[in-house]
Amino acid sequence: MSALKLAVTMLDVTTLEGADSVGKVQQMCAKAMRPLPEDSSVGPAGAVCVYPRMVKVAAKAVEGSDVNVASVATAFPSGQMRLKERLAEVRFAVGQGANEIDMVISRGQFLQGEYRAIYDEIASCKEACGEAHLKVILETGELTTYDNVRYASDIAMAAGADFIKTSTGKVPIAATLPVTLVMLQAIEDFYGETGRMVGMKPAGGISNAKLAIQYLIMVKEVLGEKWLNNQWFRFGASSLTNDLLMQIRKQETGRYQSGDYFTKD
Amino acid sequence: MIILPKTEIMNPHDFTSGDYAPATESSDHISLKKSYDLFIGGKWVKAASSFDTINPATGKVIAEVSSAGKKEVNQAVKAARNAYDGEWSSISGAERGKYLFRIARLLQERAREFAVIESMDGGKPIRESRDIDVPLAAAHFFYHAGWADKLDYAFPGKKPKPLGVVGQVIPWNFPLLMAAWKIAPALACGNTVVLKPAETTPLTALKLAELLEDAELPAGVVNIISGDGETGQALVEHSGIDKVAFTGSTAVGKSIRRAVAGTDKRYTLELGGKAANIIFEDAPINEAVEGIINGIFFNQGHVCCAGSRLFVQESIADKVIRKLKKRIGTLKVGDPLDKNTDIGAINSAEQLARIKALVNAGEKEGACIWQPEGRLPRKGNWFKPTLFTDCAQSHRIVQEEIFGPVLAIQTFRTPQEAIEKANNTPYGLSGGVWTDKGSKIFKMTTSLNAGVVWANTYNKFDPTSPFGGYKESGIGREGGLHGLSAYLNI
Repeated sequence: MSALKLAVTMLDVTTLEGADSVGKVQQMCAKAMRPLPEDSSVGPAGAVCVYPRMVKVAAKAVEGSDVNVASVATAFPSGQMRLKERLAEVRFAVGQGANEIDMVISRGQFLQGEYRAIYDEIASCKEACGEAHLKVILETGELTTYDNVRYASDIAMAAGADFIKTSTGKVPIAATLPVTLVMLQAIEDFYGETGRMVGMKPAGGISNAKLAIQYLIMVKEVLGEKWLNNQWFRFGASSLTNDLLMQIRKQETGRYQSGDYFTKD
Repeated sequence: MIILPKTEIMNPHDFTSGDYAPATESSDHISLKKSYDLFIGGKWVKAASSFDTINPATGKVIAEVSSAGKKEVNQAVKAARNAYDGEWSSISGAERGKYLFRIARLLQERAREFAVIESMDGGKPIRESRDIDVPLAAAHFFYHAGWADKLDYAFPGKKPKPLGVVGQVIPWNFPLLMAAWKIAPALACGNTVVLKPAETTPLTALKLAELLEDAELPAGVVNIISGDGETGQALVEHSGIDKVAFTGSTAVGKSIRRAVAGTDKRYTLELGGKAANIIFEDAPINEAVEGIINGIFFNQGHVCCAGSRLFVQESIADKVIRKLKKRIGTLKVGDPLDKNTDIGAINSAEQLARIKALVNAGEKEGACIWQPEGRLPRKGNWFKPTLFTDCAQSHRIVQEEIFGPVLAIQTFRTPQEAIEKANNTPYGLSGGVWTDKGSKIFKMTTSLNAGVVWANTYNKFDPTSPFGGYKESGIGREGGLHGLSAYLNI
C-alpha cells in the first residue's frame, strides 16, 4: 500500500498528442492534483507533462498546488532540429511557466560517435533551463545496446542533467527493467564519484501497478531509500495512474471496483 | 544486512523504510513421517539405532532417522547385488531410460514439496532449493535418461558395460542434487546403487526413496541408507561394491583413497576447493559484484566450488570493495522458508563452530574483517556474510576451505601475479574470471589449474557439463560424457 501511494506521487501525468486540447490538459491537471476525489491522502502526482504550447494552460491549472509543470522540448520526440531552435524552444517553455524540461538527445549524432556534441547540447540546454530542472531523454530504444545506454547516461550526468529518462514513449521500445537497471547503476556510480544525486525517470510502457512496484523495488535495491521520493524518481506514464488508483481501492476494500469508478481524463 | 522477521507481522509494512513483508513458503502441503527407516531391497528396514535430523534454522527436531550399522550396510549391498544380477541386467537400456524419465517427471511434479523439505532440513533459502536444487536434480535424471539406450554411441566401438554395485556417499550441502548427480548416471549405465546421504540432511534422499517406490523401480536397484561417518566407511570398505563415488571433504576423500588402495574398486572423488574469483579492471564491475556475491554467498558458502578467494586488480579494488559492502548490506539473512531470504541457516552447529574458528584465526593473523550491521536470529545456526581485506597468501582463511559465507580478498597488479596466486593452493576445483576482453579470458582459463573455470559468470551448472577437480579437489568427473564413463567398463 505504501508503495502504491508512493508511486502515485511519482507520476508525471502525461499527454503528448497532436490532438491535445486546452480542455484535456485542464482535466488532466485536475486529476494530477487530486487523483482520487474521495481520498485526499492519495497524490498529488509529481508533475504534469505537456507540449510547450500547453504549458501556460497547465501552469494556470496547477497554480498553488504541489504539482510541477514539465514540458517536453528540443524538437521532441526526434530531436531532429538545429540546436538554436531547440534551445529557443526550451526558453519558450520555461518562459511559459514550466519548471521541468524533458529534452531529447540527438541519437543520430550519439550513434555516429559525436559524444562531444551530445555533451554540449545537454550543457547548453541546462543553461537555457535556468532554474528549471532538466530531464534528459536518452531514447534507449534507439541506442539499442546497454553499453550505449550506460555511456549516454554518463555523458548526460556529467553535462548537468538533473534527471535521466529512458524514453519519449514515441518509439516502439520504451522503458524496460534491464535498461532502467543500467541507468540506475550509472546514477549510483556517478553519486559515488561526485556526491551529486541524479534522478531517474523511466517512461513509456509502464502501464500497471505491479510493474511500477517492480521499478520501485529496483530503485530501493540499487540506489537506496534516499531516491524513493518524487524529487529523485518519476514515472512517465498515462495509463498507469488509474491502475494504481484501482489497486489502492482494492487494498482498502478487498474488492476490485469497476473501471467506471475511476475518472478518465 | 536485513534480518527478516521470523513470524508473520500484521502491522503494515512501510515500503520506504526498508521493510519488506515476510513471504513465507507454506509447509502445510508436505508429508513427513515422524521417523524414517532404511530403504533396502525395496523395503523399509528399521535399524537398531537412530538419530534425529534437525532444522538448523530453529534447532527443532524434524524427524527421527534410522542409522545403518554394518549389518544393514551388508544387507543393502546384498540387495543391490541381487538386483544387479537379476532383473536390472536383463532389461534394455531403453527400459532403464524409461525409469529415469519417470523419476525425473515425478520429481518435477513434487518439486515444491522437495524444495520445502530441502530448506527445512538443510537451512538453505527456499529461493535456491526451489530454483536450483530441485530443477537441476530433475534435469540430471532427464539428461541421463536420454543416454541410457545410447551408450554404444556415446563410446563408439567400445561396447561399454556397467561396473556392478556402486557405493555412493554424498554431502549435506546439496542433498537432493548430489543424490541425483550420483544415482542418475549410475542407473543410466546399468549399475545398481547403495547411497548414503549425509547425517545432517537425510530427508530428501529418503523422500526420493519414496518417489522411487512410486516409480516402481525394481527392488534393490537403489538402496538408501542413512547414517553417520561410520556407515559411510562401512559402505566404502565393503568388499561387495565395485565402485565408490564420493562427494565431501578432502580429509575423508584421502581416507577413501587409502581404503580402496589395493582393491580393484573404481572411485571418483569430488572434494573441497578454494576457488579464485579474479576481477580485472576492465570487467563489468556491477555484474562482477553480483558474481562475487553469488560465488561466495550462494548456499551460505557451503559450496565446494565457492569463489572464496577474491583477486581484484588493484586499480579498482576500492571501488569493488565499496560496492561489495553496499550490496552485502542489502542481503537478507533469516528464515530459509521466506522467499525474500538470500542467506539461510548454517547447516549444523559443528559447521558453525568451524567457520567461527577460521574467522577468528583470520582476525588473529592480521586480516581486516568486515561484517554488515544487524542482529542475527537468536535460535538456530547463523553467520553473517563476512569479508576479509588485507589478506596474505599465508593466512589460514586464504589457504583453508572455510565452507561458509566468508570471502578473503587480495589484490593483484599483473595477470601473471593473479595466475600464480590463484594456482598456489592444494585445491583445483573451480575459478572465475571477469573481464570484457575475450583474449584475456582465454589466457586466464588455460592458465588456471582448475576443473571448472567460469568467465563473466559464476556457479553455472548443467548436466551436460563435466564437473570435477584437480589436485586435492578430487579425481574423476561428473556430468556429461566424462561423467558417464566413470560408471562404465570401457
